[in-house]
Amino acid sequence: MSRDNDLVICPVCDSLYRVNAADRTRPARCGQCGYRLVLGKPDAIASVVGMALAAAILMAVVVFTPFLQLTAGTFTSRASVLDVVLAFQSDIMVPLSISVLAFIVLLPLARFAFLTYALMPAVFDRAPLPGAAVSLRWAFQLKPWAMAEIFMVGVAVALVKLSGMATLTMGPAFWAFVAVVLLNAYGDALMCRTTLWSAVSKPRP
Amino acid sequence: MSNNIMVRRIKAAPVITARAAGLVGCQICGKVTQLGETRCPRCYAKLRSRDGHSLQKVWAWMIAGLIAYIPANIYPMLITTQAFQRQEATIVGGVIDLIHYGSYGVAAIVFIASVLIPVGKFLVIGYLAWILRRPHKLDPHRLHLFYEIVEFIGRWSMIDVFVVAILVALVRFGILATINPGIAAVCFALSVVFTMLAAQSFDSRLIWDRIKRG
Ligand SMILES: [Zn+2]
Ligand SMILES: [Zn+2]
Repeated sequence: MSRDNDLVICPVCDSLYRVNAADRTRPARCGQCGYRLVLGKPDAIASVVGMALAAAILMAVVVFTPFLQLTAGTFTSRASVLDVVLAFQSDIMVPLSISVLAFIVLLPLARFAFLTYALMPAVFDRAPLPGAAVSLRWAFQLKPWAMAEIFMVGVAVALVKLSGMATLTMGPAFWAFVAVVLLNAYGDALMCRTTLWSAVSKPRP
Repeated sequence: MSNNIMVRRIKAAPVITARAAGLVGCQICGKVTQLGETRCPRCYAKLRSRDGHSLQKVWAWMIAGLIAYIPANIYPMLITTQAFQRQEATIVGGVIDLIHYGSYGVAAIVFIASVLIPVGKFLVIGYLAWILRRPHKLDPHRLHLFYEIVEFIGRWSMIDVFVVAILVALVRFGILATINPGIAAVCFALSVVFTMLAAQSFDSRLIWDRIKRG
């Protein structure tokens, strides 16, 4: 029944469980499929919000400062992340440009914003803001499409490809991006579904 | 009515599904509600006790991904113009170039991301969709492991698209050297997106429902 707030399903195999407040403090897996139902990190909310805020601020550094600089003899070329995004400019390549912008900047930023909006009140023991649950849902659903960490591996490959022909210098945006990727990985490891969802579903007055 | 969570990973535990209990669970947030509800009362996600069209959607996205993957391999990914010499490189061509430079590690990364993962993904998704048409006797844990690998690894294929974007943005030395993106970059990106959608359309609950016991 919907009034039973302790009931939880395993999203993988549909098994039904009862998880009470005490159960949320210890990690537990689904008995049928082994899915990690509870990560057992009840204090993770503050860290997740902190990660999201820090990563969002660093993202501004990423967008507005130089990313990489390439020097070959007397020639120098400098690329910001926006230049990378706009690399596919010719006609049919434009949609690809927009997708790259979404994958590496917009969607990661959107996730940080959704997480902050949904969980910030819980950090200060306030009731969730309207739409907090929908906001948290988007943070989860966008996860596979936010590809900052994949972009970073792409950068590493490109650096190796170019190392023979030119000298490369990393700009502030490069290091900021590395920090965003690390923060993001740290936050995702703390995102215990049971804990986060119970934070946005406090009973309304 | 339901198992207590205190049972920590006991494989033999008699598990009841939400569907068997006359309930439907939200796959995003885990909230349980009455069977027949169409939206999750908490996060407003669409609720489906089981997605009857899951396999059709999987096939459709997978075929779209396969169709996009063919031109992605035939046409050039990168067009390099160096001192009036125009050079085109396909995905596999790019890997071979890296081997010639002696960058074996990076060649391996690009080969795995652009060839092994996509091809493996087509095979695994096809295999799962084929097996799950009807009840089966295979170990669901193994099938689920396959599915998880595909879902987790698929997005990493995007590496090569980002490499192209970075090279194009950086290498703009006029007549000395310029790199332009080839049409294969678009096809390859589409192929990755389509196969990601194929993996997401897959209703993992099918793996656990259709075990023929005994
Ligand atoms: Zn399960
Ligand atoms: Zn929900």
